[in-house]
Amino acid sequence: MARKFRKRPSGPTIPAPAKIPVSLTVNGAAREIVVAPWVTLLDALREHLGLTGTKKGCDHGQCGACTVLLDGRRINSCMTFAVMQDGAKVTTVEGLARDGTLHPVQQAFIDHDAFQCGACTSGQICSAIGLIAEGRAKTVEEIRELMSGNICRCGAYPNIVAAIRQAMERERS
Amino acid sequence: MIDFQYTRAADIADAVRQIAGDPAAKFIAGGTNLIDLMKENVERPSRLIDISRLPLREIEETPAGGLRIGALVPNSDLAHHPLVAERYPLLASAILAGASAQLRNMASTGGNLLQRTRCYYFYDTATPCNKRAPGSGCAARYGLNRMHAILGSSDACIATHPSDMCVALAALEAKVHVAGPGGERVIAFADFHRLPGDTPERDTNLRVDEIITAVELPARSFAAHYSYLKIRDRLSYAFALVAVAAALEFDRDAIKEVRLALGGVAHKPWRDVSVEAAMRGAPASRASFARAAEAMLRDARGFAHNAFKIELARRAIVRALTQAAAGTPQSQSVKKIR
Amino acid sequence: MAYIGTPTSRVDGTAKVTGTAKYAGDAAAPGLAYGAVVTSTIPKGRIAKIDAGAALRVAGVLDVLSHENRPRMARRTAAYKDDVAPEQGSPFRPLYDDKILFSGQPIALVLAEEWEIARFAATLVRVEYDVAPFVTDLHVERERAFAVEQPHKPRGDADNAHAAAAVRHEAEYFIPIEHHNPIELYASTVLWQGDGKLTVYDKTQGVQNVGNYLCAVFNLKPVELRVLSPFMGGGFGSGLRPQYQVTLAVLAARALERPVRLVLTRQQMYALCYRPATIERLVLGAERGGTLDSVGHEAIAVTSQYEDFARNDTGWSGQLYKSRHAKYVHRLARVDLPTPSDMRAPGATTGVYGLECAMDELAVALKLDPVELRLRCYSDRDQHEDIPYTSKKLRECYRQGAAVFGWDRRNREPRSMRDGSELVGWGMASGVWEALQMDTAVRIVLGANGHAEISCAFSDIGTGTYTIVAQVAADLLGLPLEAVTVQLGDSTLPQAPVEGGSWTAASVSHAIAKTADEIRKELWRLAKAMPNSPLAASRLDDIALADGRIIDKKDGGRGVPMADAMRHGRRDRLACESTNTVKEDTSHARNTHSAIFAEVKVDEELGVIRVTRVVSAVAAGRILNTKTARSQIMGGVVGGIGMALHEETLVDHTLGRMMNANIAEYHVPVNADVHDIEVIFVDEPDDLVNPLGIKGVGEIGIVGVAAAVANAVYHATGKRVRDLPITVDKLLR
Repeated sequence: MARKFRKRPSGPTIPAPAKIPVSLTVNGAAREIVVAPWVTLLDALREHLGLTGTKKGCDHGQCGACTVLLDGRRINSCMTFAVMQDGAKVTTVEGLARDGTLHPVQQAFIDHDAFQCGACTSGQICSAIGLIAEGRAKTVEEIRELMSGNICRCGAYPNIVAAIRQAMERERS
Repeated sequence: MIDFQYTRAADIADAVRQIAGDPAAKFIAGGTNLIDLMKENVERPSRLIDISRLPLREIEETPAGGLRIGALVPNSDLAHHPLVAERYPLLASAILAGASAQLRNMASTGGNLLQRTRCYYFYDTATPCNKRAPGSGCAARYGLNRMHAILGSSDACIATHPSDMCVALAALEAKVHVAGPGGERVIAFADFHRLPGDTPERDTNLRVDEIITAVELPARSFAAHYSYLKIRDRLSYAFALVAVAAALEFDRDAIKEVRLALGGVAHKPWRDVSVEAAMRGAPASRASFARAAEAMLRDARGFAHNAFKIELARRAIVRALTQAAAGTPQSQSVKKIR
Repeated sequence: MAYIGTPTSRVDGTAKVTGTAKYAGDAAAPGLAYGAVVTSTIPKGRIAKIDAGAALRVAGVLDVLSHENRPRMARRTAAYKDDVAPEQGSPFRPLYDDKILFSGQPIALVLAEEWEIARFAATLVRVEYDVAPFVTDLHVERERAFAVEQPHKPRGDADNAHAAAAVRHEAEYFIPIEHHNPIELYASTVLWQGDGKLTVYDKTQGVQNVGNYLCAVFNLKPVELRVLSPFMGGGFGSGLRPQYQVTLAVLAARALERPVRLVLTRQQMYALCYRPATIERLVLGAERGGTLDSVGHEAIAVTSQYEDFARNDTGWSGQLYKSRHAKYVHRLARVDLPTPSDMRAPGATTGVYGLECAMDELAVALKLDPVELRLRCYSDRDQHEDIPYTSKKLRECYRQGAAVFGWDRRNREPRSMRDGSELVGWGMASGVWEALQMDTAVRIVLGANGHAEISCAFSDIGTGTYTIVAQVAADLLGLPLEAVTVQLGDSTLPQAPVEGGSWTAASVSHAIAKTADEIRKELWRLAKAMPNSPLAASRLDDIALADGRIIDKKDGGRGVPMADAMRHGRRDRLACESTNTVKEDTSHARNTHSAIFAEVKVDEELGVIRVTRVVSAVAAGRILNTKTARSQIMGGVVGGIGMALHEETLVDHTLGRMMNANIAEYHVPVNADVHDIEVIFVDEPDDLVNPLGIKGVGEIGIVGVAAAVANAVYHATGKRVRDLPITVDKLLR
């Protein structure tokens, strides 16, 4: 059976939304994209800027895999549209290492085996950097609570907490 | 997600003008609930009016000794603002009991008030839901209703309001400042959210052409005796089965003033001023707390899966009041319940 | 051995923490088209009409595929039977015909220039159905459940023995539908090469399984298709079988003749596969002294209308403990849901949950410490076949686990232990899984520069396969770890089965050993041929590879550098590939074991449970990497905590639809739910299971955990909740 192409029916074309230019500073570099309003910041990073380190785990703000730093604050990049962030500074997992040296949180994640499959890892790391910058987590309980927006289905939580504590101590010393 | 237009509001008047001209438009600020619902095709706005750049991010003291919180103040900034953390710790605690750090960094004060229910059926366009599709029926009533309302529900809808912050705002008797084509008005928090009745599609009394500009807290802040106690299916990042905001003031050993609001049990943050009135003057004893709990739940009604919430709410009320009276509020990070 | 057995950090760690590891949805290609799936809103019936008119009018929409216009797919059932498909039944075929078999079934695929356009147009596809009566509730269908054949035969006369037993325990335990919920969404990116050849980046635990399946379904030659899964963002069993997104993505690429990306939504993933809802009925008869007389175990699980999915739930009960009489039956109830699937220790996770709770209840009835009961029922022989184990250090698991946990301070009386306002409960359980090994091939290419490349088609689904392959190869080739690179997850690489069943470590390690041995022989020949070779008189048996050299173990380590031997032999590379075939040996039972000890603290008034401490003592032969293996066990424990307290897929049986198909209302443990987890690897030397003594640790970590937590909740509260998860409402009942 050869394939029957569906004929485009008569009737007016339903237009896709008009695209809008958006300027972002991503990992320190100025980037210009032109996207429709319905493109989330997450999809803009992944599909328009080729930064696939940031992961889509649920697309509904329920897992934290898409966490990036927006003007220094951790957010779920699936829950905002790129057009709304025109002019913003975005830091993704790709922008953390400096001159080939891993960010202390990245290194701590390796040292403590704070991941298995890696799908939540970019989000965990960005979230941890946000957490440390906020400066509100002092105890293990506070780290656990304030990292609860990042689900790790491989169950690496105790290692994630250990890694964050290591990075916090390094920062202090 | 359907096609929509995107515009920015230049100022509050422009925002009002834009939305008045397009009844199918929606404001977007933090986006954490609206974008979620748009991806589910539950919200299908023709246009998004971006208000996130409006100058509504200030927290200011009011002449009356309270606080005026701009509608765009992110939840995390609000919870950690020194004036809120010190003077309104009940509000800070409730905010920190909800969502995740990332979501709180985006979600706005005004948007939190407009959060929509987490009812499974509301979210699934393949199922009947009077709130989403008026007249289609309520599938939760005879379906899965473990998370649903025990108070104030109607034949049309048994959904609950999901916010934690609003439970504290109800207890604190906040006021909601809104602007519309006819100017500004102030809505008492108790009048802001609605019970479902025959029109469950309307969550609030905000008119479609109005914008929330600020939330005002009165001077009375209950900083010494408060607790926000949230019971949920895991220890963080889950919606409440039952939540209690409790706040007390004492005149020596007697209760001088009390506020009690429940989350997770009704279509709006649940408060009963008659219960609070009956508590005034009583001692801060387990017996008076139990009487209050009984009275709060006197009209409660359970469905197939959620009847447990009635007893759970009673117990949570007693515990939260006990915590508040003792000055040992529930921690949101140490999960042992005090 | 410089690396085997050490806590080596993941060799792919840097790729994962910097975001450079490429997953199935990450592949880039010019001209990529995007798909969005339309799914059925009814659980059973037929598609009466699909109206794609409006969708096709959307600018940027390329096509809408459905059963009415899809490209050709195979008609024979056999073409759809992947390596892991149940024997009985006919696998689901996406977009094949108008039949609806479950709610959430893919029924149309919208293809567009951008994924947001596809998603929008998908909302415009109008579908009319002829609805048929359906059932999704195990409890309704259990009476019509039918027995399936299981390998374990009954022994003795369990019914009479039970009737005569001095102490009896009978109860039903229930596990609801659970979903794997790996964090990575199911995704496939299909690259269209122009010459009809396809390169498929797929989220799968078995690239060759997917490759063979696609070749059969689309009548492709193996050379026309390459399936890649270099990184997989979690599987837990959900990626053992080809999932429908890969079928649809290939269908679309062939239809459009261009590259296509298809990523499912979290919601859509709920219709892929799941752990079946299962009733575990346990009937135990014991003597007053605490020895088991009879074990009866009946499991009743859901399956789909079109395939019979059954795993070994019941056999563990007859194997683990000494009892003269035993009987088992496994029944399936057909419901209008997708076919269930393997999910982390399939069968054991559910069956042993029932068994280990029943044993706890029996210990209570016998007034015995639960560890003591298990010791009294301990068996050094497999009870099914009456054969010895290659090794079984479960007794040592109990001893070391109890010691670290402080079990001797436990007051046996329920409700007797407190910490302030909270009740404290200590519970334990045993775990058991199989030590399996499969035929696997490995290629080693050794360069004269001292660098070795190891390749195999296995996937690393996060378990650490890249790392252990590098460790084993480095040790057996006598090279530093940094000199070894590993290629996995490519269907064109040497043969491997799906990554599952805890068999990967043993299977790939022995394939490396066999291939490395050929490299050793080759190097020895080259070394002997060198002028004035110090190894001229050596025997192959005495030759080892160490520190980049070929040495004679008998001769004080005298030898030559590998590089020199290769240079003299004019070889700039040595390439060997060989397959390690596993001979069946029924003389011994091959199992891993564990003992799990859990502490819960319960606010009784409010029904809030906190799991404050878990100790898991595991006997699993030689542990190749104590760091990654510990993470695997820890992950299993976290999964077990979720199973005990959180996880449940809610099905509205009136609508025949899963209603909490997300990860906000399908609760998995979050960071705040997990406290201290201690993992102990009990020393278990085993030269019978396989030459390297490897048993695998992927599954054993979760088995028994839910029972240990449930038993702890009973010990804390005196309340026995047998239907999982143990939520607030059940504790308040």
